[in-house]
Amino acid sequence: MTFFFPTGSLRAFPSRLYPDYKSTVKRAPTKPLVTIPHTLSELTGPVFGHDAAQPGDEDLTRQHQGEPIGERIIVHGRVLDEDARPVPHTLVEIWQANACGRYVHVVDQHPAPLDPNFTGAGRTVTDQDGTYKFITVRPGAYPWGNHHNAWRPSHIHFSLFGHAFVSRLVTQMYFPGDPLFPFDPIFNSVTDEAARNRMVSAFDLDATIPGWAIAFRFDIVLRGRNQTPMER
Amino acid sequence: MAAITPSQTVGPYFAFGLAPNRKYDWKDTFGSDLVTPDAAGERIRIEGRVLDGDGAPIDDCMIEIWQANAQGRYASPADMRPRPNTAFRGFGRTATDADGRYGFDTIKPGRVPGPDGEPQAPHVLLAVFARGMLRQSYTRVYFADEAANAQDAILALVPAERRATLLAAKSAREGRIVYTFDIRMQGDAETVFFEI
Ligand SMILES: [Fe+2]
Repeated sequence: MTFFFPTGSLRAFPSRLYPDYKSTVKRAPTKPLVTIPHTLSELTGPVFGHDAAQPGDEDLTRQHQGEPIGERIIVHGRVLDEDARPVPHTLVEIWQANACGRYVHVVDQHPAPLDPNFTGAGRTVTDQDGTYKFITVRPGAYPWGNHHNAWRPSHIHFSLFGHAFVSRLVTQMYFPGDPLFPFDPIFNSVTDEAARNRMVSAFDLDATIPGWAIAFRFDIVLRGRNQTPMER
Repeated sequence: MAAITPSQTVGPYFAFGLAPNRKYDWKDTFGSDLVTPDAAGERIRIEGRVLDGDGAPIDDCMIEIWQANAQGRYASPADMRPRPNTAFRGFGRTATDADGRYGFDTIKPGRVPGPDGEPQAPHVLLAVFARGMLRQSYTRVYFADEAANAQDAILALVPAERRATLLAAKSAREGRIVYTFDIRMQGDAETVFFEI
């Protein structure tokens, strides 16, 4: 299958400069980006076998001696392309704060406890039908320095590859109904409401495990459409 | 049709998950050394600093590169040409240090076909992710000592006065070939980024 990657789809992305998110001001390019045709360099990308993730890497609650504190959850979904076709065998990496809203990263000095039983990193490779599944705990909201009384809504960071280097995506998954949404410039940097809501997972009663964990579904759509021979 | 999922910043805390580099209790998926023992080609190092609009180092930046092997073939099913049986993958990832420095040990890529079928000058794709970047920015590392740069169809699309920002300067250090490629997000010498 040959894929193409319409740049028009990128209108769903945030602008690089979004002054409400203050760190963008000194870090966004100011000169015009140069538009170039997609060559083999852009149309290719790394391939991952199932060796890219080890069994157990997708369960963030079993990486240490004991179980982490917090609300155990299942996060699952499908990785699709713009034709809604599954993206099989692609690497999905996640990282997140613990249930108290604290990251293990040395730079995070938020006065909330670290959990010795939780690192907060996971990875998996999608199945033939593009599905993935993680078991983790629900991350807490955390404060940050962007503006007075700024708090990030609960989120899980996602990193994906897809069919080519141009389909590479780093995003964040949010939880439905978070009261912090209206106040978060990172979430609102996606100015189109429908596009913004595609970053919000859905509570998934069918995927819950009774007596054990509730579930959230997060489908991810990466750049890429199939080019039929006729379109070529 | 399905509408794409928007990008969000990698944030300040990606390193423990995406680039632990033995500083965190998690395994690296990728690293900054792309060289495999069986890879043919000239061993090189690509390194530089990432700087913000004040010229200050960006110390929480993730850099990824994607490149062809020395024969100009990509380790990807989308490159359908035959390729030598080598473990060389052509993908690398690293995080900048406190001085905004990054570096990759790799091999010099060969030439790959361009938009018109003519070979492109050797180059490496590079993506920049960081706190304060709501989406990655793509650029290309070209090699300043390559005569083929003058005929490269992509470089020709870049305004002449900005092309130098894409040329990595060659030097030697302790017997190794080093190409220096600084990334300036803003300013007079702002690196050229591509809309792809
Ligand atoms: Fe975060």
